[in-house]
Formats: sequence, C-alpha cells, structure tokens
Amino acid sequence: MSETRLPTWTEVTPGGIVREPGSTLRLDKNGWRVEKPVIDPEKCVRCRLCWIYCPDTAILEVEEPYTNSKGRTYKLTYKVDYDRCKGCGICAEECPVDAIEMVPEEVA
Amino acid sequence: MSSAYELRMKNIWSLPRGELFHGGHNLCAGCTAGTIMRHLLKVAGKDTIVVNATGCVEVSTTPYPYTAWGVPWIHLAFENTAAVASGVEAAINALKLKGQLDPEKEVKVIAIGGDGGTFDIGLQALSGMMERGHNVTYIVYDNEGYMNTGIQRSGATPFGAWTTTTPVGRRIRGEWRRKKDIIGIALAHGIPYAAAANPAYPVDMVQKFEKAIQTEGPSLVHVLMACTTGWRFEPRLGIKVSKLAVETGVWINYEIEEGRLRVTTPVPKRKPVREYLKLQGRFAHLRDFEIEIIQEMVDEQVERINKMVGKQVIGPVDYGGDGKKGA
Repeated sequence: MSETRLPTWTEVTPGGIVREPGSTLRLDKNGWRVEKPVIDPEKCVRCRLCWIYCPDTAILEVEEPYTNSKGRTYKLTYKVDYDRCKGCGICAEECPVDAIEMVPEEVA
Repeated sequence: MSSAYELRMKNIWSLPRGELFHGGHNLCAGCTAGTIMRHLLKVAGKDTIVVNATGCVEVSTTPYPYTAWGVPWIHLAFENTAAVASGVEAAINALKLKGQLDPEKEVKVIAIGGDGGTFDIGLQALSGMMERGHNVTYIVYDNEGYMNTGIQRSGATPFGAWTTTTPVGRRIRGEWRRKKDIIGIALAHGIPYAAAANPAYPVDMVQKFEKAIQTEGPSLVHVLMACTTGWRFEPRLGIKVSKLAVETGVWINYEIEEGRLRVTTPVPKRKPVREYLKLQGRFAHLRDFEIEIIQEMVDEQVERINKMVGKQVIGPVDYGGDGKKGA
C-alpha cells in the first residue's frame, strides 16, 4: 500500500521541501506490533479516552450507531486503524472499563 | 477564574475530530509526544506555522520524503528555534504592513523544542525571544534527557536518574544535579503566560495551549513527556507514569498568568514518590536513603508552590494504612 521508493536526484525538491502534508499516512506501521488492540463494542462506554490518549491517531471515532445487548444505543463507535497502530497498549491500559484487549499478533 | 481568555476546550468532547498531526510517524510505540502534538494542533488550527527544533519529535515525524504535519513546518538546529520563530513572527508582521497579507488574518507561530533544545542549547535564543517580546508560543516537551541520540543527560534530567552519561557505578549513582526550573527562567523575563502541563490531564493541557496561543507576546508551556525508551518502562505505561508524576507531586500542573500562580490540578493527598520511581528502570538502582532524598526534594518543591499560592493546594504525603514510611 505504501510507496517506499526514495526520490531520485532529479525529483528532489529544492531545499528538501516536502510538499504533501501528512504524507506519513501512506506509511504502513503494521510491522511494529507484537500485540494488537481489539475493542469490544459491548463493553465500551464511549468515554473517548482511548482516542484522546492514542499517540498515533490509530483509534478512529466513527459516527456509526451501535445498540448493545442491554438495548442502549450509542451514536459513536470506536475502531482501530491497524495501519497506524504500533501496539503500545496505552489504550488498553487507560480504558476505564477494560473494553480493549491486547491480542498477540499471529505469524503469517 | 476570571481571565481575558476565550476557552473553546471545555471538556474532552470539545476537541475536534479532525487531525492536523497525522499518524504513521516514527515516534516509539507508546511515546506520549504524539498525544501532545496532536492536541496542540487541534487547538492551534490550520493557520499555524510550526518551528521545530531538532529532537525526538523533529526526527521521527519527518522521515524524508514524508511528513506527519498538516501545517507549514520548518526544521531547525537545536540552538536557533526561538530565533527563527522570532523571525517568522516579524516577517508576518512585515507582510501585513506591506499589505501582502490580510492584516486581520491571525497566523499563529508555535515553536516546539525538546528539553535539550530548550534547557541547554537553545536557552540563549529563547531568552532573546522572550526579551524582545515576540508573539510566539513556545512548547517544551520535556522527556528529561537527550533521548533520540542515546539517552544522554540534559539540564532537565532529575536527581538520581540513570542516563548513559550519568551511569550507575561506585563513584556516580545516576544524575547528581537538580532539574532546572525552566518556568522560573521564563518568568524572570516577565513573560505574560507560562504553564506546566501533562498529557495525562488532556483538558487541562489543551486549555493551557489555548491560553498560551491567545496570549499577546511570548508564552511558554512546559509539558512532561514520559519517554518509554529512556525512562525504561513498558510502552503501555506512558500515561500512567505521567499521571503518577502529578499524583506524587514530582510534577505540578500550574500556570502563571500575569504573575498570578494557580495550581490547575490540586492533589489533596500525595502518593509517596516511590510509586512513581518504581515503575521506571532509570531509577531501579536507587536505595532507600536516595529515595528519601528525592522525597525531601519533592516536599520542598510542594511547600514552595503552596507558599506561593498562599494555601495548601498540594496536600501531605499519604503513606496509607499505618502511616509508616517505606514500602
């Protein structure tokens, strides 16, 4: 998914200027992880703390209604963007209801 | 508190969902610098120019030819961040005077430096910037050492901490000097706003960023950034360690607005510093009497702050149970 080729000398911008903002989004961080966070939407109380604390913008806050087994409907759902996640586990550590579990990555 | 500031960030839900500091950067897993920079740019918005000193954040967020920043950003040497930020601010004013830039347009200039680039190498440029009174917000992310070059000590390394240049042996047992008081140095220049913030208290932190940005003239925000690599703790504990720093009184969240000091996170009962130290490998060598010395230093700092506020905002140490010292 990511283009890792470096620019050649004819393509290098003057002064090494990077013209595309936020271009690190094209880089793939899947290889950094040993464990991956998995959010349980049942247990999650939508407190937003994982989204706040994540250093890698790997927690996504999406407007997707979710009704849990007790019949309570939440407007938001939290998901993990595994291309950004480095598996640090801050989200699982800080989750007040233990809705995030760190699952070991499998060897392909 | 009555103040001239207009705070948009009332609680956690006030933070906008859109990001200007993007993921995919090369900061270590669990590095809280990512959290700090994300929220800084959420507060600052897109009309911002970021001036970044060499340091962890600079090295890891811009692996050429990529950048994690969604705003204009310039990389500088350690020593001239504040000088270039001054120049950027002066250039914006000049363009406004010449009519090449809308005079109503508000362009924020934010200088970001690590503790090495601020406490040690960039101190003279910072002093000059504050002396000349440029309208620049200076953010210090303090990981208490030169972490990206291999954990060397800096002026911000606290007493007792192991680093590669303050090793633990028979003659030396970690850093033997105290941490510099950068906010004290900044206040000596008579700047209108200075604050100490912590990413474990995000609302407090973003409110300080907001105030610093809205301040006319130089402002400084000193942010604690727990470093998983250099402090030797597990990546998942970044926020927990930052929180414990406040709960034990090692770090005090306060702000100084026009000379008035206010503690923004009061701690009625402090935890013993041992709880903060025991999580970190850089303090693993400490013996009981050294922990006692650190506890006394923290007590002293808390007492000083309480005296400045005029009442007890940070409480006494609560050893729990029988009230005996020690674990």
